[in-house]
Formats: sequence, C-alpha cells, structure tokens
Amino acid sequence: MELYNYSLENLGELLDKGEISAVELTRSVLERISAVDDTIGSYLTVDAEGALIQAESADVRRRKRDNVTPLTGIPVGLKDLISTAGLQTTCASKILAGYRPEYDATVVSRLRSAGAVITGKLNMDEFAMGSSTENSAFQKTCNPWALDRVPGGSSGGSTAAVAAATAIATLGSDTGGSIRQPASFCGVVGMKPTYGRVSRYGLIAFASSLDQIGPVTLTVADAALLLGVIAGHDACDSTSVDLPVADYYKRLKNDIRGLKIGLPQEYFGAGLDSEVEVLVRSACGQLAAAGALVNEAISLPHTDYAVACYYLLATAEASSNLARYDGVKYGFRAENTDGLLDMYRQTRAQGFGDEVKRRIMLGTYALSSGYYDAYYRKAQQVRTLITRDFEKVFADCDVIVAPVCPTPAFAFGEKVDDPLAMYLSDILTIPVNLAGLPAISVPCGFTKSGLPVGLQIIARPFAEETLLNVAWQYEQLGGWSRRRPEIKKKAV
Amino acid sequence: MDYEIVIGLEVHCQLLTETKIFCGCSTNFGNLPNQNTCPVCTGMPGALPVLNRKVVDFAIRAGLATDCSIVRENVFARKNYFYPDLPKGYQISQFELPICVGGYLDIEVEDEKKRIGITRIHMEEDAGKLVHPEYEHGVSFVDYNRACVPLIEIVSDPDMRSSAEAVAYLKNMRDIMVYLEVCDGNMEEGSFRCDANISLRRWGAPELGIRAELKNMNSFRNVQRAIDYEVERQSDILDNGGVVVQETRLWNVDRGISMSMRGKEEAHDYRYFPDPDLLPVVIDDFWVDEVRRNQPELPLAKRQRFVVDYGILLTDAEVLTSDRNLADYFEAVVKIFPRPKAIANWIMVELLKFLNDDKIAITQCSITPQGLAELLKLIDKGTISGKIGKQVFAQMYSAADNDPELIVTTKGLAQMSDAGELTGMIDEILAANADKVKEYQDGKSKMFGFFVGQVMKRSKGQANPQMVNELIKERIG
Ligand SMILES: [Zn+2]
Repeated sequence: MELYNYSLENLGELLDKGEISAVELTRSVLERISAVDDTIGSYLTVDAEGALIQAESADVRRRKRDNVTPLTGIPVGLKDLISTAGLQTTCASKILAGYRPEYDATVVSRLRSAGAVITGKLNMDEFAMGSSTENSAFQKTCNPWALDRVPGGSSGGSTAAVAAATAIATLGSDTGGSIRQPASFCGVVGMKPTYGRVSRYGLIAFASSLDQIGPVTLTVADAALLLGVIAGHDACDSTSVDLPVADYYKRLKNDIRGLKIGLPQEYFGAGLDSEVEVLVRSACGQLAAAGALVNEAISLPHTDYAVACYYLLATAEASSNLARYDGVKYGFRAENTDGLLDMYRQTRAQGFGDEVKRRIMLGTYALSSGYYDAYYRKAQQVRTLITRDFEKVFADCDVIVAPVCPTPAFAFGEKVDDPLAMYLSDILTIPVNLAGLPAISVPCGFTKSGLPVGLQIIARPFAEETLLNVAWQYEQLGGWSRRRPEIKKKAV
Repeated sequence: MDYEIVIGLEVHCQLLTETKIFCGCSTNFGNLPNQNTCPVCTGMPGALPVLNRKVVDFAIRAGLATDCSIVRENVFARKNYFYPDLPKGYQISQFELPICVGGYLDIEVEDEKKRIGITRIHMEEDAGKLVHPEYEHGVSFVDYNRACVPLIEIVSDPDMRSSAEAVAYLKNMRDIMVYLEVCDGNMEEGSFRCDANISLRRWGAPELGIRAELKNMNSFRNVQRAIDYEVERQSDILDNGGVVVQETRLWNVDRGISMSMRGKEEAHDYRYFPDPDLLPVVIDDFWVDEVRRNQPELPLAKRQRFVVDYGILLTDAEVLTSDRNLADYFEAVVKIFPRPKAIANWIMVELLKFLNDDKIAITQCSITPQGLAELLKLIDKGTISGKIGKQVFAQMYSAADNDPELIVTTKGLAQMSDAGELTGMIDEILAANADKVKEYQDGKSKMFGFFVGQVMKRSKGQANPQMVNELIKERIG
C-alpha cells in the first residue's frame, strides 16, 4: 500500500519504528497531490518546498527523540482560512488574493511545535459561506467518490483531501456544519469540538460566536490524535476555555455498555432521504446491540427555528467581521476608483462573490436601527431556547445520534441558484453550533449509488472524550472508515 | 436673551496605560509611524482582542471619582463604520451596558455652585491617524500607533447653561482625571478632547430644542468660543423664525467659525451589537474595593489636607493643589525641609512667577524640590538673607544649578553675622551721620531705615538684617 493511504495512527507507528521517514511520507503525499489533485481540486496552495523542509526537521527530531509527538512528520493540510505566516491565505476569496499573513494561527503554531508537516492550503466556500465548496472564487473541488458531485462545504477541500489521500489529515472549520456535512459527503471523519475548546486566534472569522476549528481524518483515532494537539486554552483568544485537555486517544476504547443514546424525533422528519435514514437507524441498532441504551423518542422542540436563527446571527456577525476587507491594508483593491467611498464600493463589489455579498446584506439588515430587536435580539433569544433543548436532553442522555445531512452529496449546480435549498442542507448540523456543542460525523455506510453517508454524534459541552469514545466504538462496529474511492483521472 | 442655552458634553480621555486596550503594544506617543502595532491593532484577518484589565481599573477609578454606580456586567459592543483609520471596520466600544452610570460633578461659576449630572462612562478603543503628506497630492497614509489605545468617554447630562459652565466642567473634569493618573489631560495632543451638544429653547419650554454637535475644539478657550459662536448662530436662526438643523459641526480655530460636517440624514447607523470575540466582564465588589483602596487623592481632599496638615492658608492650598504636579512638588520639598508655610510662600511668590513668565509647567522647572529645600535651609540657618536667597534662586533657576550652597560660596554671598564686624560698621556710619542720629533721637523715627539701608549698602546686602536692626537700636535707642 502506498504511504499516503495509511492512517495518521499507523503512520505514527511506522515513523516511530523507523520503518519510514517523514521525507518519504511527505514525498508520497506530494506525488499523490500531483497525480490526482488536478482532478479533485482540493488544494489552493501546495507548499511542496516548505513541506519537505519541515519533514526533514521532523526526521531529525525523531532521530534525536526530541519532543516526538504522534504528529511529528505527518503531512497535514489546512483549510485556507487558517492563517499561516508567509503562506498565502485567501479564504477562497478574490478579496484576499495574494494575502500572506504575518503570523501563524494558534493551531498552526501548535501543529508546528508538534512537528507536523504543513502541505498547503485547501479549497473552501468563500469565507466559509456555503455547503458545497462551489462558492470558491478560484476553483471547483470534486467529491472523490463521484466526480460529478460536490464534496460538501464549506470545508470541502479539507474533506476531499483526506478522502483522496492528498493529505493524511486536515483541519477544517465548522460554523453551521462546515466540517461534518462535507465529512459525511466524502466518507471521512470530521469533528467539530465544543466552542472554546480550540483557539480561534488566526482563524479568519465568518461568525465569531459559532466558528470552531476541528480535525478531518480517515479514522476516529486519527481525529483524537489531531485534536489532542490543537485543543486547549489560548490566552490570545478570550473565548477559548481554560479546561484540561484529556488524553482522547487513550480513552477511545472505553466500554459503552449502558451508555444512554438519544435519537431526536425532529431530526428524522420530512425531507430526510430514506437511504440516509436506513443507514443511520441501522448504526443505532448496532450501538444498541453493543449494549448502549437507545431512546428513540427524545425531542429538541425548537429545531425548526434553528436555520432562521442561524442565518440572522451568523450573517450579522459576518457583516461586521468582513468590514475589514476594504482595500486599505491588504489583499485586493479595485483600480481606477474615484475617491475613498468609490474605492470601498468597487473593491468590495469586485472582491466579494455573490453569496458573501448576500450574507453581508442580510446581516447588515438584521443589525440596522429599527430592526435589531425584531431580528438580532430575537434570534439571540431563540439561540438560548435551542441551547436549553439540548441541556434538557442531556440530563437523560450521554450522547445524541442523528443524521449529519438530510441527503448524500448532491450534484454540481443542483442548489447553487437556490440559496434556501442550500441553507437547508445544514438543518441537522446548525443547532449544534448554536448550542456550542461538540459533534462528529463518522462514516456509516454508502447509498446504493455508492455515495458515503455520515452518522452524527453529539455530546455535552467539553465531553469530547465521550464523543470520540462512542465514535470509535461505532467505527469498529460499522467498519466503514478507511475505505478509499477509486479516482478516475480526468482526461487531459 | 430669549433662550435658555442647554449644553451637554462628551469627553474622551486617553488612558495612561502602558499597553493598548486589546493587545500588548505600547501606547508610547511619538514613536515612528506603525511602530507600535501588531496583527490585533492593525485588524489583520483572524486576530482577536484580549482585554487589558488595567483599562477597567482606570474606568472604575473615573467612575468612583464622579460618584457613578459601577455596572457589574460589562459588555463590549462593535460600532460599525468604514474609515481608513479604523482597521477592523468597527470600533470596539460599549453600548447598552457601559461600565459607569448616574454620577455627577460639582462646578463653581462666579461663586455659584452647581451639580452637573454624568449619564455614563464607557470604555473604547481609539482609531489610528491619517497622514496627508505635503509632497504628494491625493495620497494618504495611515499610522496605526494610536489604534487600539484605550479611551474612556464621559457623557454628561444636558445640565450646563452657559459656555462658562461648560468650561468650568471641563477644567474640573480634567483636573480630576489628571489627579487620578487616568489621563495626562493634554488637549493639544488630543489625549483629552471634548464634543459639545448645544441647543436653545425658550425660557420655560419643557422640551429640549434641536441640537447641533460641535467637534474639533482643542483648548478650553476654543470650547468657549465655539459654544458662544454656536449659541449666537442658533439664536439668529430662531429669531428669524427658522429651524435649527440637527447636524454635526466642525469648529475652525483659525477662522473662528464652525461649519457643517454632516447632517442628520447622513448620520451613521452604527449597527451596534455585542462583540462576540470578547466575553462580558463581570466586576465584583472585590474588584471595585481594590480600586477604591488604591484611588489617588482628589483635588478637594488634598486641598483640605494641606490646610489641616500643613497649616497653610486655604487660598494658598487652592493654588498649590490646582495642579497635581505642583502639589507633588510642594510635598516633596516639605518632606526634606518641614517648614510648609515658608515653602508655600516661596512657591507662590517666586517659583510660580518664573514659571508663568516662561510659560512652562512645574514638571519642566529646573529647580528640583531638593534644590529648593537646600536653599530654604540656608536662609533658615541665617547663612544668607531672604533677599540674597532670591538672587540665589534666580541663579539656580536660570543655570539649572541645584547646589545653592556652592553658589553662595563661590559668589561670596554668605551673610555677615559677625557682631564685632557689624558693630564696627554701624559705629562708623552713625559717626559719619551724627546730624541724622540727632534727627532720629528728636523723634523722626523714619530715620531708622536710613541707617539700616546704609549698613546694607556698605555690606553689599550681606549684613544680617535682623542683627543690624538690633545693633542700631542698641546704640541710638
Ligand atoms: Zn497591537
């Protein structure tokens, strides 16, 4: 088997034993990128030179046994909204074309000090706004399982890369499902940690109160290893929480007998694809057979309001977060403009894509004087109700299990002209972001046409340990992880 | 006049913290452009603010000094607008939940005391500064050194009724903020600045008139001029049956007029909302008490203490405490040489005269408290007379020489206190002026001064005047 096909966990063992070197592994991944990424389109920027230099120093570290971690020498790709010093970071937006951050995001510093090899920056929906990666200003990313279908979004590059083995593991970000939904579409593991668990410093904001960086990997064990490196308090992020980080990897195999699992009725309603429903319910059956206590009648009564609530709050925050892209300091500036106001207008009109503009306008409206109470404040109140729904359920349940997305991956162009249909694609993931909870998507089977489907597991705040434990146990029962699509190269 | 003037003031104080409000950059003034910057204060994508808790301390300090209640749950809000000096496209400020509310400040105008309400005090970050170089037209640069420097904005109730009251309020407020070491109070450099809301209404009218907001007044004098101008402008409009337009006006110092900057319809909708990057700041009793314990003494308290502890006159205490630095100077001298009355006298009569002539502040004075104390010790010991002391003082001041003893020695200014020497001199003078002695003894008591003067002249002013008096009296009764 080619090195790029192994899991992070297995590669760590091989590196540990000295059977392979980080340079060999990195070369293998870089060759894989050359071989298939013109077909998949997962990367916006590949830093081959930088990756090899980091791989060499990882090998030195391993030889000297100097602070070796499970990530030392592992090629990791980053969603292109995570700031990397000196390496172009665009958020897949024309407005940030050519922008090279002067600093590393905290997660990047943590990866570097763990000895990870950063391969490059991955495609996404512009500013993480979208559910198909079709909103990238630069390129399309194909679903490695079906090249005519979207990889999901907004972290579509991150999940496609893991599925196509153009990276061993990647980081994505999840604001309303942006890790879990594309992980489900691409048949990989994608996790959104509790809000505050991973530092947002250097993550280019879409919606600050919802954004969270998380791991995208081939297996649950890989996710546990990667999360262990990036999680933890950061003094540079006031919203990061100062709680101890458990050894997630060590606790993966904990017994789940007697564990209480709830299935929310509202997540199995109209619009749910029947194949998806069957796969999710049979996954629950397997968990029950393994000794978990499944309650199929729990209720999250405010679920219906989540999408509306989310699109008010997320867009309100975005309208303000994206104000800094004004052509004054960095990135794109329109040419031949007439004075300051015109420079602002032209820069933003030409620099942002349609979906971004749509959300800026929505958010600006929600915050406008006279509308604030009816929209923004009301949405905050609804957010509290949604959070309480979960609190009540978690009084009796240890985890909630549900589908990730009502459907498997859809075709290119299918929803791009119907924003509302696209927004509804996140209906089962958004409530988790509003409540700030940790959740994961684990592969739970394939549709008859061969499209992967993910199982969503949701846990209490900061219970990543339980979440990963249940996910790992299910992964062993289901056996759907580690499958690789056969990528048919595009005819050149 | 037919109208009552209604004035409310918004004062911005730049806080004297060492670092900025949301990052670790220095607040030092005068560094190279953009030297005091980092990803946070230049609004780089992904950078996040972290609150400097010193700023909260300072805001509480200002609130306690103006009898405000301290709001226990503080929320930072984003004020959204576009301008190149605003790196994030929004200013982090406070909106619905400011840190201090409902205080007051007492002022006095023409012996009449008045209480001015304080609506609120809130914390916020400053913006950068645009630089328009002369050598290149149509190009501007931005200096972000000032971006993210902490400010408090103090908003008064519309309680002032004249420009004199407004200036009294501002002066008082500035004194307090300087005393609290919250702000350096420098209006020219903009670390203490003020906007004024002005409206007129017919006497007895229950509702406020339409107001104009005045900006860009960088001295007390300009505040007064700008308000007087605005009152006249509005009363002209009203007299002619017109309606005042709600607008923001910019004071032009050179032309002595104000001009409209933007009208109500162009007013920004700032779309305030709670900043999701910052958690609410919860201020408990412990925090407030700690600030209260370390609260610097305010002018009024200091004045009273000077009168009680040092036994100086209230009027002197008022002058000495009018400036925090002057008060500190006075106390520094007292510490070395505990004769407060004499020290107060010297500061009031001599030191301030020199400083006023040169228009410099006490902090720029070349005579150190130590130097002044040494000089006063020499006078006290009788080494020199008070009169010579003034000469030495002038010398110390102009040469920045703080060794009065050395000046006295090198210039031979020490006082003649040798009784034998003085007696010889007096005897000679009395003998040479026998006629005048006779006149004196015949009752022309004024003559006494003549003899003293002669002795002082002969001794080049160095004779100990007290001894001279006594010795002459001894001789001619
Ligand atoms: Zn800074």
